[in-house]
Amino acid sequence: MSEFLQHLVNMLVLGGTYALLGIGLTLIFGIMNVVNFTHGVLYTFGAYIMFIVVHQLGLNFFLALPVAVLAGWLLGAAIELTLLRPLRGSDIDTTMLVMIGAWIAMQSGALWIWGGVAKSVATPFPEAPLVLGPVSVSWLRLFVLAAAAFLILVTYLLINRTRLGRAMRATFQDDDTASLMGVNVDLIYTSTFAIGSSLAAAAGALLGPVYVIFPQMGDLAAVKAFAIVILGGLGNITGAVIGGFILALAEELGAGYVSSGYRDAMGFVIIIAVLIFKPTGLFARSERVG
Amino acid sequence: MRAGLTILAVAALASVPLWLRDPYLLNALITTGIFVIGAMSLNLLLGFTGQLSLGHIAFFGIGAYVSALTSLGFDIGLPGGFRLVHEPWPPILGFVLAILIAGTCGYFVGLLSFRVRGAYFVIVTISFAEVVRLVALNWVDLTQGPLALTNIPSIALPLAGLGELTLRTKLQNYYLVLAVGLIAYLLIARLVHSHFGRAMRGLMENETLAVSVGIDVTRTLTLAAVISAAIAGAAGSLYAHYIRIIDPEVFAFINTVTMVIMVISGGKGSLAGPVVGGLIFGLLPVALRPIMAPEAQWIAYGGVLIAILFVLPRGIVPSLAQRFAARRSGKTALPPVALADTGVKERV
Repeated sequence: MSEFLQHLVNMLVLGGTYALLGIGLTLIFGIMNVVNFTHGVLYTFGAYIMFIVVHQLGLNFFLALPVAVLAGWLLGAAIELTLLRPLRGSDIDTTMLVMIGAWIAMQSGALWIWGGVAKSVATPFPEAPLVLGPVSVSWLRLFVLAAAAFLILVTYLLINRTRLGRAMRATFQDDDTASLMGVNVDLIYTSTFAIGSSLAAAAGALLGPVYVIFPQMGDLAAVKAFAIVILGGLGNITGAVIGGFILALAEELGAGYVSSGYRDAMGFVIIIAVLIFKPTGLFARSERVG
Repeated sequence: MRAGLTILAVAALASVPLWLRDPYLLNALITTGIFVIGAMSLNLLLGFTGQLSLGHIAFFGIGAYVSALTSLGFDIGLPGGFRLVHEPWPPILGFVLAILIAGTCGYFVGLLSFRVRGAYFVIVTISFAEVVRLVALNWVDLTQGPLALTNIPSIALPLAGLGELTLRTKLQNYYLVLAVGLIAYLLIARLVHSHFGRAMRGLMENETLAVSVGIDVTRTLTLAAVISAAIAGAAGSLYAHYIRIIDPEVFAFINTVTMVIMVISGGKGSLAGPVVGGLIFGLLPVALRPIMAPEAQWIAYGGVLIAILFVLPRGIVPSLAQRFAARRSGKTALPPVALADTGVKERV
């Protein structure tokens, strides 16, 4: 039982960052209809920003997170403006392949700049974990959970309580009509991609110090994000949050009770199972978007 | 005219070992040829049904592992204390089994994912490839996991009454790959110009219309997936018996991306496209090797993919064919109908 509780605690920590990844991807997928293969690279990028700020610039650990979010935002906006805006109106395959090209180039760029050796980030948290009865959790992981929860809340408020969020939701429903109502759809697309990218970078910046940082770390993160998006239904933010926690739970239980070698297979098994039994995602509204 | 071009191209490719003596380049040509076969199989799905399989390397890798395990034999424990022991069989049987089993996998993936197409098909195929990779990595009893399957025997061709010919040298393997590639090319060409091929393209261009004239969507797409997977499996088998060592890295996503780049750059939906794109992108790393670090090469790879999509979105072969056809029709003032058979397959 205590083992199970420990898995639940781990699930919460992992699930929070997975939810961030999933929200970012589902926004981009739902609103722009772009299968964003650079999502994993943005995750990697966020982790490296963390490393640069803490180790190469020698600045505070807590300052590194907002820097990573901002850098992810800028890089996302740059990708959207240079690669996606000129291709507006082309089919989903073309944009997907362009994103694959950008992913290969950027990941190889990371390998070129930082090398293939895994890096770790020193944190200001005490080594000794917090022990609560049968479960123990490190202070770093608690911080990750709190920060992820905060970012999820901010994103939720942004989408549901601001003018920008309302314009994004209108564009999601029908971009032509939104445009007729005076929404600057181009600006919404760029903002969406930038916000989604900054969330991926935040997830990387949070999980980077927990694990180690290397150029290919984003590949699995990207596929997991796709699993979360499919699980939650395309374009569904609440679905992405719940999907993130479900995937984390499946991984924890899979690693704990099946075999740790198959931990990363859980996401794929979920994708396949969802597509067999409920292809619109678990939390779909009546109509599927995308 | 097209048959003439094909014969000319085959003759040119067949003559390569006569004047190219450098074993490094010959090796690059053989591995490129194997990937071109994979790219041709991917093109059957992507170019003629419009479904992008981003897990195509799974079928290639399954072919490689099936073929290697058939010819090496294995001894694995099953749940319940049973043991499954397989004595080594001749590699040529491995080649046949690789085609059959990869095709069967294509059937199940097709059955599963053609209920949900487009982006979903892409993600299902990626997931399938990753699951297969993880199984190859973790089922150490069967696959040796990261330690790799080594000493895979070369393919031996049985000659009637003369024993066997074991294909060990690069020269022999070059002609083997060329022969299998030619068979795959002719098979795909035959398919595409058959009733089935017209059904595939009809579906891609207007599904509602295609269904209304009685085309069975799921059956057509699944059959395309089976044939495509089977050809990829054949390519994987060639790879296993040529390289003679297989590890789970064969399933790396980047290998699928390489095939996709070959198809897109050459021209999806054009028969010669994957061959042209494949030769360019297969040999590009060889050309770039002396002047660029491997990481920089991959950056260039990604950049070239983006550039092709921006500049030649339909691919090299269709763009050239169109230009050629336009010039010819300009000179002789052929009616537009005559352009229909110049190899330009436009997506409407």
